[in-house]
Amino acid sequence: MSRFVVRRLLGMVAVLFAVSVIVFLVFNVIPSSDPAQRMAGKAATPRLVASIEDEWGFDDPLPQQYLTMMKKVFSGELISYFGRENVDERIVEGIPATFSLCVGAATIWLFFGLLFGYLSAMRAGGTLDRALTVVAVTGLSMPVPFIAALFLNYFTYKTEIFPSGGYVELTADPLEWLDHLIVPWITLAILYVGFYSRVLRSNMLDAMNEDYVRTARAKGLSERRVIRGHVLRNSLIPIVTLFGLDVGVLLGGAIVIEGLFSLNGIGQYAYESLKNVDLPPIMAITLFGAFFIVLFNALVDIAYAFLDPRVKLGESAQ
Amino acid sequence: MSAVGANTLLSVRDLRVGFNTEGGLLQAVDGVSFDLAAGEVLAIVGESGAGKSVTAQTILGLTRSPNARIEGTVRLGETDLLGAGDEAMRSIRGDRVAMVFQDPMTSFNPVYRIGRQIGEAIRAHRRDVSKDEARERAVELLDAVGIPDGERRVDAYPHEFSGGMRQRAMIAMALALDPEVLIADEPTTALDVTVQAQILQLIERLNRERGLATILITHDLGVVAETADRVLVMYAGRVVEEGTLEEIFYDPQHPYTWGLLGSLTRLDRERPKRLPQIGGVPPSLLDLPAGCSFRPRCPHAFDRCAELPGLDARLPDAPGHRDRCWLDPETKRERRPS
Repeated sequence: MSRFVVRRLLGMVAVLFAVSVIVFLVFNVIPSSDPAQRMAGKAATPRLVASIEDEWGFDDPLPQQYLTMMKKVFSGELISYFGRENVDERIVEGIPATFSLCVGAATIWLFFGLLFGYLSAMRAGGTLDRALTVVAVTGLSMPVPFIAALFLNYFTYKTEIFPSGGYVELTADPLEWLDHLIVPWITLAILYVGFYSRVLRSNMLDAMNEDYVRTARAKGLSERRVIRGHVLRNSLIPIVTLFGLDVGVLLGGAIVIEGLFSLNGIGQYAYESLKNVDLPPIMAITLFGAFFIVLFNALVDIAYAFLDPRVKLGESAQ
Repeated sequence: MSAVGANTLLSVRDLRVGFNTEGGLLQAVDGVSFDLAAGEVLAIVGESGAGKSVTAQTILGLTRSPNARIEGTVRLGETDLLGAGDEAMRSIRGDRVAMVFQDPMTSFNPVYRIGRQIGEAIRAHRRDVSKDEARERAVELLDAVGIPDGERRVDAYPHEFSGGMRQRAMIAMALALDPEVLIADEPTTALDVTVQAQILQLIERLNRERGLATILITHDLGVVAETADRVLVMYAGRVVEEGTLEEIFYDPQHPYTWGLLGSLTRLDRERPKRLPQIGGVPPSLLDLPAGCSFRPRCPHAFDRCAELPGLDARLPDAPGHRDRCWLDPETKRERRPS
């Protein structure tokens, strides 16, 4: 098992390297226009372009350029020429908001997604199942900006129950933190609740027809133990994959939600940078997001090896 | 071999299982009756869809569809199994009646160790057994079904076992609580031929050593010939012939049984040019022909077959040998392929 974990983590480093090369090529090499000009953005003056040209070494051979870029990103010297600010510092500032949003929403959607999926599957075809199906499909089909607009309209402008946006540090005031995040959490969770409940429901209904579930009944297990120990246990394995990947993606920034609720996290920074065609932050945020996606992919694989003994890839084949 | 009726353990009377479907009522099992004595091996033979597996699963209360309509009686000793409540049935399943299924590849939960799954069967019925004791018992059981090195294998996962070993482990799990009745539903169908023979020998040995009453469900008469005491031939939900192994193999009375026997390859006969088969396909259970269900495929059908023959003893010297065919025994002996 430990060999597998080490191998998987090494694989992760290789993937991240590949991602960084691709980012480098996409941003600096493939476009035919002058990279220094694009890097300077809307505020370009000939002097700025010339100094960027020099700083990034765009006349150097490509491997050298790649190293220069990586050095800038990882040493915290990456500058947004448009906003005249340090990109890495801005990203670090955005982390608490983005992570708070992601962890809170994930907790909500995991709890309700699994609860609804379980109840639906246990009463498949019944009234509760139908009602939950309507709820899930509604959640799935409503675009996030639409839900956000509804909530903002009813909960903040009309009734003023919740603040209309902004982020308060957890350490500064936990209650305010909660107050500012509840609506964004629910908005973000609605889509996933629908999705997870549908996935769990269909996994459980499939599992109920498995031969091993019939075996479990044939040996005289109580219905409760058949469902929890065999049906639910096996149906949750794919949920782990989904959850890991979804959380990985969101940790890199939830662009729409953060923008709509002015959470000032990484997603909102990405949104602003895209709007201003400000390349250095876009580049850094892409790498930052890729890191979490790749990390959670690896974590999912490792969790899988614990949850499903059939996945011990290559361990006996060495 | 035990005499019919003497020390009957399991008694099935006029069992009928139907399913409401969109096409109407599907009568999967239509009036099946049999007795099973301690230490006896009863084979239920027939093609897919004959109602063998539904019969077996209904006995265990595993026919769970809300569309199922179950009638008749199934008695295990003094207990009425069809009338028993969920909890009563749960306490019987695995403890007094155990079942082995067709596909050992999918019948174990892939995420739990074999020993744990065997232990789970024990602890479902014996609450006072600790996990360690259950594990010890699992090791003994693996040993009893011929899996070597049980102390190590008990911690293996199902995918680490071969098909034959999994089926042995399945049998070990079925035996965990010393059941009175073992129902084996096509236990060898998914296995290699050499492994099939080993599994059958194992079932036979356990049946002999433990006096375990066994219902062996199969479509393979070769399997029957090796293990069974008595045979029930089913076709389209009904029993069409029933008798001892000798009666069925040496004096078969129903043309369907002739067809089944004729399609066996035999080493002691000259090889036929083409393997004989029964013409046609089994009828749809939603649209059974009136009278004898085998009539459309039967080369010997005549006028009277439009009327359903009863399952009766038609041979004066063999009261236990019953069949559903209107032909008189003399005609049958003339027409029957030898």
